[in-house]
Parts: sequence; structure tokens; C-alpha cells
Amino acid sequence: MAAPASKPVPVPTRETQPYWEGCKQHELRIQKCPACGHHQFYPRLYCTACMSDRVEWVKASGRGKVLSFTIVYRPVTQAFAADVPYVVALITLDEGPQLMSNVVGCPPEKVQIGMPVEVTFEDWTEDISVPKFKPV
Amino acid sequence: MESLRSQVAIVGAADTEVGVVPHLSATQLYVKAAKLALEDAGITKEQVDGLITCTSFVEPYMYHAEMIAEYMQIFPRYCLNVATGGGTTLAIMHHAASAIATGVCNTVLITMADNMLSGLSRDRAIEAMSTAGHAQFERPYGPPIPGFYALIAQAHMHAYGTTSEQLAAVAVACRKHASLNPAAQMRQPITIDDVLNSKMIAHPLHLLDCSLVSDGGAAVVMTSAERAKDFKNRPVYMLGVGEGHSHEHISQARSLTTSAAKEAGERAYAMAGLGPKDIDVAELYDCFTPVVIIELEDLGFCPKGEGGRFVEGGRIELGGELPLNTHGGLMSHCHPGHPGSLFSITEAVHQLRGECGPRQVKEAEIALVHGQGGIMSTHCSMILGKERG
Repeated sequence: MAAPASKPVPVPTRETQPYWEGCKQHELRIQKCPACGHHQFYPRLYCTACMSDRVEWVKASGRGKVLSFTIVYRPVTQAFAADVPYVVALITLDEGPQLMSNVVGCPPEKVQIGMPVEVTFEDWTEDISVPKFKPV
Repeated sequence: MESLRSQVAIVGAADTEVGVVPHLSATQLYVKAAKLALEDAGITKEQVDGLITCTSFVEPYMYHAEMIAEYMQIFPRYCLNVATGGGTTLAIMHHAASAIATGVCNTVLITMADNMLSGLSRDRAIEAMSTAGHAQFERPYGPPIPGFYALIAQAHMHAYGTTSEQLAAVAVACRKHASLNPAAQMRQPITIDDVLNSKMIAHPLHLLDCSLVSDGGAAVVMTSAERAKDFKNRPVYMLGVGEGHSHEHISQARSLTTSAAKEAGERAYAMAGLGPKDIDVAELYDCFTPVVIIELEDLGFCPKGEGGRFVEGGRIELGGELPLNTHGGLMSHCHPGHPGSLFSITEAVHQLRGECGPRQVKEAEIALVHGQGGIMSTHCSMILGKERG
């Protein structure tokens, strides 16, 4: 049997490089607009609230709450087969933006909507660490 | 907003065989559907001056509509390929209606097909399943397509107390209708327990909460309401149409429990001068059971949060208050990908013509069809009527 294909390792772009550079240092970075104070994720050229182009990178608290989640029993590809059952979740960060991640560090059936979580990092390659979330 | 109201009509509508169709390629399914729709309209291909297709996943072409025109030797003055996932059908028809109403062209052939079941190699089938989602910010977390919709289901259950039994009632109704449709891919009736006992795919969605993977094609012919009187079959008029677009990636959605179906529906109702109470039959996009529940709410058939209770007790079945997905829907009739919602249009046309035999909705005069694409991303609602209105 062939070895399972590897997981989809993110390939940073010029726009997302600062985010992945932060992850490599185990630091969750999001953008903040100095003009209106809006935080946003994923990274963009402009502030989506006021269209200012002066968006800056800031270190996020790394804390948030589970907005929704699913427990996956049928993996998307063989690369995820060993992880089943795994939790795919949407997390609302304390700063406001929402993102997708996995909730790890607890049995899947313990995950609940509204549960406080904090970021943790999985080192996938020398350059890429993937942010995941665990119960606070 | 009223500019397209009753301006155009559907004068031809047909499906190919659907389900497992290994003897026809994707391109052949497009062309067969087109031929059947032209025959239903009673016209020749020379009378078509507009051609619109959806993209084929299995046999893609850079200029897909041109490819189909070339294959059929049609030389249109309006030729367009549209891809907004499951919302494609209705968005295409919106484009066609605009082109006809503004005199850009007179008679538009819309054909859509694919063979996701028989036409994909193992590698491309895996690609089809695993390339959904943002490459950097979603895919690394391993969400299967049902998982994206499970996020929506879970949020709705948490906010409104919607139950797995209520989700299952959608699948049961679709299968009941499919059992009355000789063309449907899955015709064996199922119960709520069958759904709940089927394999868990992505909690809370079971296998039978998910739609099919199919081969098949469908096509329609549209023209102006004025010209429509000269065709073979009774025309079905487009009374209203509206779109709503909210995001590409589910992780960026404004809300998990209220979709842009709300804007799409409001725009379509406003154009038609009608409301949910006027609808006799609904064909709602049903890639996964929770989608139907959210669409019923967002399209105004019940208040937000009441969708789960609305689908109980046979209300959405034939003979109920709002029969929906009378052909069996994506759940049980067929789901070849992009073309999925065109079968809802052909079904609505046949319902309004009174041609549906044992699954005919009595005295069906007004139908609402809703398409949804992406992960609750793109929405288009269309209201069709037997009378020009």
C-alpha cells in the first residue's frame, strides 16, 4: 500500500507571509487598522471596515470561543485518516475575527459551542507551524 | 427591481437520464440535454441565438459554452459560461433573462451537465472532494465538504434547538417524492430512523443527510414572454428573480444560521409582487438537510429558528402545506454537481404544466426555486408562474 499523501501544507504568499512568519514563532498575528481600530483575518491589502490601506500586523491574544464545530468521522483524504475522529471548528477570536481550526487537547465529545479556547501550534515543517486551539 | 417581471418565459425543459450513466461523456450529456430541450420547445438549433452553459468539472474547457456551441454547430450572438456552484443554474437564468429583456438575444438555450459519478478517476474524485476550502486557512484542518455544512447544522441546533430528527425529515420527504419519480436515482422509501442509523460522516450529519453523487444533464429554452406564445408547449413565466452573495469561505461568513437566501428571496418576491404564502410548490437546494431548513426560514416560509419544526409532520411532503423537492431533489433524484439545481427548474416547469403524474402538486400555479452554491455562499431565488401575472 502506498504511503498516505501528506496533509495540505500551507504555501505562504507575499500577503500572508507575516502571518506564517508569526506562526513559525508560535505567535498568532492578525491585522489591525490604526485608522478605525478594526481587526481582521485573513490578511488583506485594505481594512474591510474603512478601506484604509495602513493595516498593521499585531499579535493577537490567541484566545477565543468556539463559534461552531463538527466531529469528522470520514476523513477528507487519507492524510487525515489517522486523526479520525477530529474536530474542525470555527473560532471567534477575542479581538473579533473568526477563523477555522482544529480543537485539540480534549476528547472530541467535550467540545461545545461557546467553549473558551486558546491557540497552540503544531510544527509541520521547518517553516510552517499550524495554529490549533485547545480548551483554556 | 420590476424590470424583468414577467418579461421572459421558459418554453422548453428536459432532463437526460440521471444517476449512473456510464455510456455518455459529460459533453455528450450537455448535448443530449440540449437536444431534448429543443425538442420540448419544438424548435431547431438554428432558432437559438444565445447559449449558456455551466462549467464541467469532469471535462473542463477554457471556453466551455463555445465548446458546446461548436460541438452542436450553433453560432450564437450571446455565449457565456457561468460558475457559481449550486447557484449557477439560477444565476445563468438571471443573465439569460436580462439578455432577452434588453434585446441582446431572443432565444437562449441553457444546458448543464456533468458525470461526477462515472467520469472521474480515483485521483480526480479525491481532488474534487479535497480542494474545497481556503488553501491556507481551511484545508490544513481537514474539513470534508459535509463538515462545512455540519458547522452550519451545529450552529442552528445550538441556537434554535433544531434536532437530528428534524434534519432527517427533509431527507425522508425527498425520498418519498423520489419514490414517485421513475427517473430518480434513489427510490426506496426511508424513515427518520434510517437516516439516524446511517453512518455518521461529520457530526451531526449522517450519510443520509448528504446528497447524492450522480451523472446527468438538463436544459431549458428561454425566450421573451411575447414570443413564448408561439411555442409548442404552454410557457412558464419568470415572475421574479433575485440574488444574494455573502462570502466565498464559510470561515468568513457573516452568520452561520442566516444566509444570503434572505436577500435573494426578498428581491425575487419584490419583483414578482408575491410572498411566501403565494407559493404552491418549492424546489429548494438540498445538498445537505440543514440547508433546506435554513432556506425555509430565510425565504420567509417560517420565522427564523422555526425551520426544524416546520419540516415535521409531513408539511413539506406531497399533500402537505408546502410540498418541496417534488422530483426527489439532490438528496434522492440526482446531484451531478453544478447542474443540480437545473433539475429543480425542469421539475418546476413540469409541475406548472401539470405533467408530473403521481407526484403532481394539485393546482400548482406558482413555484419558487432556490439555488445555493459554495458553502451557503451564493444564492438565487426564482419565482415561476403558470400565468404571466
